Amino acid sequence: MQILRPRDLDGALDALAAHPDASLLAGGTDLMVEVNLEHRRPETVIALRRVGELAEWRDGFIGATVTYARMERERLPALAELARTVGSPQIRAAGTLGGNLGTASPAGDALPFLAALDAQVVLASAEGRRRLPWDEFLLGPGHTALRPGELVLGVELPDTVPARQAFAKIGVRQAMVIATVNCCVVRHDDGATRVAMGAVGPTVLRAREAEALVAGVAEPSPQLLDEFQRLVSKEVQPITDHRSTAEYRRHAAGVLARRTLERCLHR
Amino acid sequence: MTDLGVRRPTLLGGVGESAARPDGIAKTTGEFEFLGDMSADGMLWGATRRAYVPHARIVGLDVTPALAMRGVHAVLTFDDVPGHRYQGQHVTDQPVLAEGVIRHWGEAVAVVAADDPETARRAAAAITLELEELEPLTDLEEALERGEVYRHVRVRRGDPEARGEVVVEGTYETGMQDPAPLGNEAGLALPDGAGGVDIWGPTQWTHVDHRQLSACLGLQPEAVRVHPCRIGGAFGAREDLSLQTHIGMLALRTGRPVKMVYDRSESFAGHVKRHRSQMRYRHEADRDGNLVRVTARLLLDGGAYELTSAAVVANSSYFAVGAYDCPNVEVDGYVLRTNDPPTGAMRGFGANQPCFAAEAQMDRLAAQLGMDPLELRLRNALEQGGHLATTGQLIEHPLPTREVIRSLAAIPLPEPNDSDDPRLLPGGTGLTTPRSGVVRGVGYAVGFKNLQFSEAFDDYAEARVELTPDGAVVHTAAIEVGQGLVTILEQIVRSTLNMTHVRVAFDHTGRIGSAGSTSASRQTQMAGGAALEAARRVRDEALERAGGDELDEAGVWRDGRLLASLEELCAGAAIEHHVRYRHPATEEPDENGQGALHVDFCVAAHRAVVDVDVDLGMLRVVEIAIAQDVGKALNPQQLHGQIEGGIAQGMGQAIMEEVVLDRGVVRNPTFMDYLLPTSLDMPPVEAVLVEEPSPWGPYGAKGMAELPTVSATPAVAAAIRAATGRPLDRVPVRPQGIVGLQ
Ligand SMILES: Cc1cc2nc3c(=O)[nH]c(=O)nc-3n(C[C@H](O)[C@H](O)[C@H](O)COP(=O)(O)OP(=O)(O)OC[C@H]3O[C@@H](n4cnc5c(N)ncnc54)[C@H](O)[C@@H]3O)c2cc1C
Repeated sequence: MQILRPRDLDGALDALAAHPDASLLAGGTDLMVEVNLEHRRPETVIALRRVGELAEWRDGFIGATVTYARMERERLPALAELARTVGSPQIRAAGTLGGNLGTASPAGDALPFLAALDAQVVLASAEGRRRLPWDEFLLGPGHTALRPGELVLGVELPDTVPARQAFAKIGVRQAMVIATVNCCVVRHDDGATRVAMGAVGPTVLRAREAEALVAGVAEPSPQLLDEFQRLVSKEVQPITDHRSTAEYRRHAAGVLARRTLERCLHR
Repeated sequence: MTDLGVRRPTLLGGVGESAARPDGIAKTTGEFEFLGDMSADGMLWGATRRAYVPHARIVGLDVTPALAMRGVHAVLTFDDVPGHRYQGQHVTDQPVLAEGVIRHWGEAVAVVAADDPETARRAAAAITLELEELEPLTDLEEALERGEVYRHVRVRRGDPEARGEVVVEGTYETGMQDPAPLGNEAGLALPDGAGGVDIWGPTQWTHVDHRQLSACLGLQPEAVRVHPCRIGGAFGAREDLSLQTHIGMLALRTGRPVKMVYDRSESFAGHVKRHRSQMRYRHEADRDGNLVRVTARLLLDGGAYELTSAAVVANSSYFAVGAYDCPNVEVDGYVLRTNDPPTGAMRGFGANQPCFAAEAQMDRLAAQLGMDPLELRLRNALEQGGHLATTGQLIEHPLPTREVIRSLAAIPLPEPNDSDDPRLLPGGTGLTTPRSGVVRGVGYAVGFKNLQFSEAFDDYAEARVELTPDGAVVHTAAIEVGQGLVTILEQIVRSTLNMTHVRVAFDHTGRIGSAGSTSASRQTQMAGGAALEAARRVRDEALERAGGDELDEAGVWRDGRLLASLEELCAGAAIEHHVRYRHPATEEPDENGQGALHVDFCVAAHRAVVDVDVDLGMLRVVEIAIAQDVGKALNPQQLHGQIEGGIAQGMGQAIMEEVVLDRGVVRNPTFMDYLLPTSLDMPPVEAVLVEEPSPWGPYGAKGMAELPTVSATPAVAAAIRAATGRPLDRVPVRPQGIVGLQ
């Protein structure tokens, strides 16, 4: 196994061009688990930690190697909330946004935030850059639109990021747990509402009927919220696995989305 | 004769003090050498090839691709087992390596020794293994129908016609729990150059390993030495052999030291688990709440090999009623052969499953009678002078059942949560639950269990105490797995010899006889009892030799004058005594399961307070209180440690810990998916120690470390029932169960 440690973005892209099938290593909190379980045996690893450009965080752009520990301290409330739920302090110090995108787990905790904000994923290779909306990047469990020779540079957020945003996550214990359901709700000033649900489908998904129901309604009534909850439960596509059941996930998705919306409305 | 000016030394760290562990600093600083840290010159690494299917015929097994790899020194299969080809602590029915058939997920098929761990793993993977899958048997009712029964315990007591007016019935289930000790299995086998071998492996009882290992390795007993190990935890998982025979075979074949270490996933495949169970109960009482009759049928999943299952189902059956008087009892306990992973000993040893069911029954009965659940328990409490409901045995020794219930009830309830700190709410930092959505529930359970081995087992422990010029040394083969026996032995001998400098030497099987198993809440009383008796003899001999009436660190005294220093005492023949200590004998059950089958009992009562988000099924355990019978607290801090750890494990079984089985296949063999409580899940514990000295335990002590687990599970489940009003007759309770879904 060879490990390449480029010092800047050009170096990383050159290394990728030379080894298009290399595994990218950010925090390693997913990759090393796979290596340890012998699910992956990369010939070449490109370590991204020294690439300063990937760690940038400026208006509207969050670099791929921004860690959860940093997100916890920044001012985007839902991002801070989701970051706080990830793993343990050690995992949050190492794990990154780009890694969550690279892994593309249906339960990835950063993904509902990106979906709720309609974020774009910025990809770079030696040939140039391209942007993909989140739902064209995330294609299925563990499956993304990333091409050989390409890396995730970061994500671009829309021009207006409303302050009313909230995240919630259900897991079977109080910490260090994979989401049974997770959820991010964003409420724009004009009442437009975005509801993204994770762990209830092959990729994070948006509950668009539910979104439309409450769009523009300044103070949704309890009856409307009941209907909102019902629609979210209807729109999700959960499965039964060893972590939970489809029936519970469907129910919980509705309750969680409703509570998260309520939290947003009161922000 | 020594001069008169010597000061009397003061005794530090005797019985009753919270003496510090001698290995505590080394463990907390990381300097302690655990099993997995051992190495030897010229050492090879072992690896195991396993079959991860529940049931299959081996139609092809070819080791040549592995043998052909560079750096591979041996590849062994069932045919290479040099001696007896089966192992197991009680019943030796587990093939050392698969015998033409795979009977459970993760069964070991072949072992490899190679220059380094990576090569060993790759060679194991290179072995060609062709399987023809067979239908697995995983349904307990079906196993019973087919007669796949390892043991049926039949208990009949009292009048079969007696009936109570008030009746409650229920069916209950408990999931398979993994002992999940912190330290994964690791071991080292060292050939002695004369055809024999020294083995270090994860164990709770070196002598029982020794018996199996010398048989399986085809060696004379003298040619095998099993060493005490330094291992992180056990909880029953190390009672049966895991990798010891394998490394022994590889070391003998290659003539080189062989080390093997499991990772966590392999550890899930490589050790026994707690029996999952299905239980059917009927309680009958009179209108005043006196139990009249209990009928129970218990099915335990024994998995693919019997191992210790027969003793586990005995415990389940004999403790099926709990710490209550009841004159008429009918229990049928079955432990069944299936294609699930082998089950065996785990903290509580069969007492946990029926405790979950029977305590739920007591709550239902109380509800039916309109009675307070603690009142019902007090009314029926079994104490000294009563008879065990199942076996009819007279309870000869103190059993403070009412006292533990009353002490528990006297602990103030925790305040309602008035904070919005998410860590204090169900769902934690997941921010699922506003404070307004929380319902609090309180639940109780009484736990009851035997101490030591039962059913006429010749249960003994050996110890040797030796006086040295600077204190005393206790020799024992008892195993310290982190529970603190090392401290207790020091304390007992310190108090007996009246000297602070006492050291424990853990000896291998060639040096001292058996101390019995570190299990069954035994060693404080058994290894401790042996050490106490040996220390008494040492003290008596020292006093007699010098003609004095008092012994301490300085030497032997009479009338305030030092007659002989320790150095002078030790200058002559060694003062040392070797004791084989037995607890009072027990009987075998008759055909109705009747008799004095147990030497002693202990009891505890738990109260759990749980905040539940009833719409989402999330919960937070707010506090667990316990009052526990300990005989005499030899080391209060260690008792509290066992209580807290035990409660974490019992709570784990109540709300999250389960080996998820899908027709014999384990779906969650990692800590990513086998969830253990974290520090944020673990609530504060309020513990009261109830001291009624045991007439035969050292300084009145009783074993105690299983009970905190046994009744924590039903107490937590009862609290969730109280908050939700749902029956919740299966543990672990899942969020879907709390909201009433599949
Ligand atoms: C104990 C533990 C707890 C965890 N808890 C959570 C949790 O609560 N919630 C959660 O969502 N996840 C959790 N995870 C998973 C993991 O921490 C996250 O998915 C994290 O975001 C991964 O980031 P990383 O930087 O460590 O990725 P790495 O492991 O370095 O990489 C992950 C994958 O992404 C690829 N990759 C990395 N960077 C890039 C890039 N810039 N461009 C393209 N591909 C890239 C890698 O090649 C690899 O395939 C946990 C993991 C562990 C071990």
